[in-house]
Amino acid sequence: MSFIGIDAVSLRYGGSDGTLAVQDCSLTIEKGEFVALVGPSGCGKSTLLKMVSGLELPSGGRIRLDGNEVKGPQHGIGIAFQNATLLPWRTTLDNVLLPLEVSQDHRASFRRKKKEHIERAMQLLRTVGLDEFAGHAPYQLSGGMQQRANLCRALIHEPELLLLDEPFAALDAFTREELWGVLQKLFMDRRFTVILVTHDLRESVYLADTVHVVSKRPGRIVMTKSIELPRPRTLEQTFDHDFVDIVHELRDAISEVRAR
Amino acid sequence: MSETTKLQLAPWIATVALFLVWEIGCRLFAVPEFILPTPSASIGAIFQYFYAIMFNAWFTLWVTMVGFAIAVVFGLLLGVLTGASALSYAALYPILVGFNAIPKVAIVPVLVIWFGIGAVPAVLTAFLISFFPIVVNVATGIATLEPELKDVLRSLGARPLDILLKVGLPRAMPYFFASLKVAVTLAFVGSVISETIAGNRGIGYLMLQASSSFRVPLVFAGLIVVAVMGVGMYAIFALVEKRLTGWAFRGQGRA
Repeated sequence: MSFIGIDAVSLRYGGSDGTLAVQDCSLTIEKGEFVALVGPSGCGKSTLLKMVSGLELPSGGRIRLDGNEVKGPQHGIGIAFQNATLLPWRTTLDNVLLPLEVSQDHRASFRRKKKEHIERAMQLLRTVGLDEFAGHAPYQLSGGMQQRANLCRALIHEPELLLLDEPFAALDAFTREELWGVLQKLFMDRRFTVILVTHDLRESVYLADTVHVVSKRPGRIVMTKSIELPRPRTLEQTFDHDFVDIVHELRDAISEVRAR
Repeated sequence: MSETTKLQLAPWIATVALFLVWEIGCRLFAVPEFILPTPSASIGAIFQYFYAIMFNAWFTLWVTMVGFAIAVVFGLLLGVLTGASALSYAALYPILVGFNAIPKVAIVPVLVIWFGIGAVPAVLTAFLISFFPIVVNVATGIATLEPELKDVLRSLGARPLDILLKVGLPRAMPYFFASLKVAVTLAFVGSVISETIAGNRGIGYLMLQASSSFRVPLVFAGLIVVAVMGVGMYAIFALVEKRLTGWAFRGQGRA
């Protein structure tokens, strides 16, 4: 059985005559798979992500996560958004530690295991190249660095599933591509499952094992594309023929759903 | 002169200029003293009635501070309650707004009926007039938590109390301290109003006595003293604000 099963899911916001954000959407995700959802803006990609996390509940259909039906906010999930939302009064390290302080599984033992936790946080920060900034306040970090810290915060409690909602959309092109590499490295080291919502087709092809194209609202999966390129993928590869061909194929699919 | 020195001198120069315009205006148009005394006569009155003013100013100061302290505790609690729970916000906010719209002058006689003349009505008036901005600011600080962050915390299974203590309250602190600066000046308004209407001590009482005997320079001396106390308290809370929530002042010369 697959790790995540999204089965004919619909969601309507704001009552029976509200906006239909997602309609009859089905999708399965395997454990350790890196999935990207791409599609026109406002197509319900983020809504789908929220339903997997249990922060929104579908009005029709079912979502299974690791064998259980999702009926409320799921624990053991890491989430990162476009907005890093680091707490400005905490250092980078303390921001990364926040999930351990408040999460149900860790809050009781947080003080006792603090040393261990700091060790773990520092190791994460080292992986993303931020260990020297552990004691800095968020406003002393650049946007890219804040987003690295945000990734660390999403991963500190070692979630099996990482949900990313356009995490790099607000960054400049160079920083964004740099962070693709950071995320790929984290993914290859730890092999969690990822669902990435993005507008950036190169980003989706660079990072994902499978790219799903979502139709415009109400969102459904209209195309699924396996990316067979070996890892680690490099930025140079993104200019290769096979890579560009895939991007074009996705692009055509999206233009089609937008025009429809 | 450097830009910072200019900024530091600006308030002093502006204040002196205001007094100069007032002084020259009074002399130029020969305004009688019982209508508008010159600032020099008003400041002169401060020295002339130094002990009476200090005695009453001290009374007003502590009455104001007691009322203000109650307002801080009460405002913080009510702000947390209305900020953290949409239900209590919906239930209480109209009442709070309505209450704030009541002129406090109208309440003083009622307070006097209940508690008699003296410090208690002044403390309560200072409290009643100054708690509202604290409630509103604290509630705003807590309620405007970024939805993304709320989602992150909810998916971790964070308890509402943890969210409040670790995120909501620290986040509300800059709002809270900003409101203290406003609230403390309002507290002076409250206590002086009460002393003027029904007091037997305090700057308000002193001014009432002075104006009923046409010692207008003494009235203005009282006004100046109240203003100075207000500015002083404002400055103290502005300093506390910068000390405790320096992170909110990034890019303003503080790291």
